[in-house]
Amino acid sequence: MNLKLKIWRQASPQAKGKFVDYEANNISEDASFLEMIDILNDELIEKGDDPIAFDHDCREGICGMCSMFINGHPHGSQKATTTCQLHMRKFKDGETIVVEPWRAKPFPVIKDLVVDRSAFDEIIQSGGYISTTTGGVPDANSIPIQKEHADLAMDAAACIGCGACVAACKNASAMLFVSAKVSQFALLPQGKVEAKDRVKSMVAKMDELGFGNCTNTYACEAECPKEISITNIARMNRHFIGAKLG
Amino acid sequence: MTKIDSKVPKGPLAEKWTIYKEHQNLVNPANKRKIDIIVVGTGLAGGAAAASLGEMGFNVKVFCIQDSPRRAHSIAAQGGINAAKNYPNDGDTIYRLFYDTIKGGDYRSREGNVYRLSQVSNNIIDQCVAQGVPFAREYSGYLANRSFGGALVSRTFYARGQTGQQLLLGAYGALSKEIKRGSVKLFTRREMVDLVLMKDGRARGIIVRNLHTGELERYGAHAVLLATGGYGNVFFLSTNAMTSNGSAAWRAYKRGAYFANPCFVQIHPTCIPVHGDYQSKLTLMSESLRNDGRIWVPKKKEDAEKIRKGELSPNDISEENRDYYLERRYPAFGNLVPRDVASRAAKERCDAGYGVGKTGLAVYLDLSDAINRLGKDVIEARYGNLFDMYERIVDDNPYKTPMMIYPAIHYTMGGLWVDYELQSNIPGLFVGGEANFSDHGANRLGASAIMQGLSDGYFVLPYTMQNYLADQITVGPIPTDTVEFDEAEKSVRERIDNLMSIKGSETVDSFHKRLGHIMWDYVGMARTKEGLEKAIHEIQELRKEFYSKVDVPGNPNGINLELEKALRVSDFLELGELMARDALHRNESAGGHFRLEYQTPEGEALRNDKDFMYVAAWEYQGDDKEPKLNKEELEYENIEVKQRNYKTT
Repeated sequence: MNLKLKIWRQASPQAKGKFVDYEANNISEDASFLEMIDILNDELIEKGDDPIAFDHDCREGICGMCSMFINGHPHGSQKATTTCQLHMRKFKDGETIVVEPWRAKPFPVIKDLVVDRSAFDEIIQSGGYISTTTGGVPDANSIPIQKEHADLAMDAAACIGCGACVAACKNASAMLFVSAKVSQFALLPQGKVEAKDRVKSMVAKMDELGFGNCTNTYACEAECPKEISITNIARMNRHFIGAKLG
Repeated sequence: MTKIDSKVPKGPLAEKWTIYKEHQNLVNPANKRKIDIIVVGTGLAGGAAAASLGEMGFNVKVFCIQDSPRRAHSIAAQGGINAAKNYPNDGDTIYRLFYDTIKGGDYRSREGNVYRLSQVSNNIIDQCVAQGVPFAREYSGYLANRSFGGALVSRTFYARGQTGQQLLLGAYGALSKEIKRGSVKLFTRREMVDLVLMKDGRARGIIVRNLHTGELERYGAHAVLLATGGYGNVFFLSTNAMTSNGSAAWRAYKRGAYFANPCFVQIHPTCIPVHGDYQSKLTLMSESLRNDGRIWVPKKKEDAEKIRKGELSPNDISEENRDYYLERRYPAFGNLVPRDVASRAAKERCDAGYGVGKTGLAVYLDLSDAINRLGKDVIEARYGNLFDMYERIVDDNPYKTPMMIYPAIHYTMGGLWVDYELQSNIPGLFVGGEANFSDHGANRLGASAIMQGLSDGYFVLPYTMQNYLADQITVGPIPTDTVEFDEAEKSVRERIDNLMSIKGSETVDSFHKRLGHIMWDYVGMARTKEGLEKAIHEIQELRKEFYSKVDVPGNPNGINLELEKALRVSDFLELGELMARDALHRNESAGGHFRLEYQTPEGEALRNDKDFMYVAAWEYQGDDKEPKLNKEELEYENIEVKQRNYKTT
């Protein structure tokens, strides 16, 4: 198949970026979206042009490194799919595809499609863990956990930290990301001890880093490649209010 | 020949680790603050070690190649993690896990290390649960287990098909806690490009390339831990992540660290088959599918041919015309034989003309019996995410048509040589996780990689590194303005300038793909003397061509993905040759290393214990010289060495 591409090029964080038109021809339908970009990059290198910088690593949808905004959707429009798992058979021959980086103030562009997501690390550092240290913990089966709670915690823990929720949100809110971590631990007995401090400090850090507020558009849930549920946000809000009051 | 000392403590097998800990040197809390440690890599081994060392009070600098420590490739481990908890009451013990691991590794690993691994396996599960890792649970609220290849018990703990992700996020949480506390300093998007040794021969620092700015940066420390993963990407196509590479280990090798058993590579039996030459990676379908899946090809060649042409579908093949070849050949273990055995059996059937798929290089992994027996819901709960992934990649519904799979490069058992303390032969250079060679012999069992990574990181290195550092408390901070750092940085700069100045006509990937083809054809699942000699020659020629024809565009300052790849591929072009050399010298078949000349009449791997029951530890002698072979003899005092048998129990 043949495709027309409009890809965001930006030389550096300070540079002014712009869309540049490219063509990708003779692409197999079975190729992944990133493999299509690989082929395009090989052609750019042969022509002596600078290849397009983009983040990617595991290419099996779990590392959370890939981050393209494709035709108006983070990771493209296929549901529950990261960019690296998106395949060209989902596009039409001759289609024009627009590719941009994540756009959110807390995720500044570094080059082309590469953005800086270290703000997510900072949020986790502010309390997204259980403060146990290595050794000195009880036998694993001494803490029975209701299967339903364990499953809900796992649903929340499936977040890959890609940032699609922020990119999808008109307010660049990180509520889905933060609430997923808060929920995972709030649902487990091991996480309850620090639950109040955790939710307060993570929310404070999120605000400090410039992420916006949640106005319930549900765009984050719709675009999340791991289908993290928005009920996590409701759960976090309950915990947050409880922590503030209590 | 240099005598290699593995430093395994004397005493009964079950007490060695306790004896070590009882007699090791410690550093008092006030002195720990004066000690700097570098950890390269934030996967399970590196992340867990950095967090634990930080908790103990050392100053840790941790480096990762991605934009966040949470993205290390440990995250892609799917199926589970082994531990000898015996929660299902099916007869598991620490000794049995130890025995299965040694046997699974075809008697080419060290008893002392493997026993310790089995002992601490139980601590890992406790630790991870305390961290909030959401392992699968039964309705009782207690932890669930499943079975994996190479074992007759259910000892694998799992978090859906994302066990590696959940364990890594646990370690990442622990690491984040220490970063906030200030004991660990994090450096992202950095790639180690050299190891720095001081005059006294100790490892004292690293040179890293800042992948954002292109700057070369120097970091000094009292000890260096490499946890930089395996080198499977030497094959170009593998299940590894795109940035997974062998360069940190290779640079250490070129500074004098021994490289052990480089030819021991794991080819995983259940991967989605190759489909095109533009393909960038292969995707694993978790081994856990073999719990409920049955592997087969058509019994009749004409059926296989019709399937390849698209004239028949697998569902048209009746039960009596299917060859469940693993169940046929290995009645006791059936579909749960170890990975090397399953991979070879798939290749054997395809080579004989029974393969399916367009290319004929695929076999069926069929869950229809399990779906009929247990219902679609149960299978969906167990493997739903894997089925979805398969459908996204292949565009075929595995609930209706059996999945197609074929072996692919997955894991490297070989790696930098380490002793019982996980210290290389370079004092102060420690190696953890897949980057070392230590525990899996010639073949790794499923669900054991993440067990080893976390064992090394949480429970072994924090002890052994402390033992080494005990006499370093008066050394003072390690300066980086020394001649040794100057020399190392200069050599890296020269390598980069050289690559940038070639300005040839071919992309880095084109060389990487050609190297991959040589490796797959001659250093892959079936090796011969002639093939390996040919591979060595072809790799040498390819290397020459690389240095005259490669095109690295742009400039070295700032993000330059092609330069990053060129540096990695230039190392793979040397490492690939060492793998072929190692495979050529090892005149036997063992685990993942299968030499066609050495097999039983039934086609099983035929070891030569008399001549090859040793670890081959290769020592760099210079670019134009052949490496020197050092041998660490393996002694089995607690296990009877015999030919692996998965046909009967």
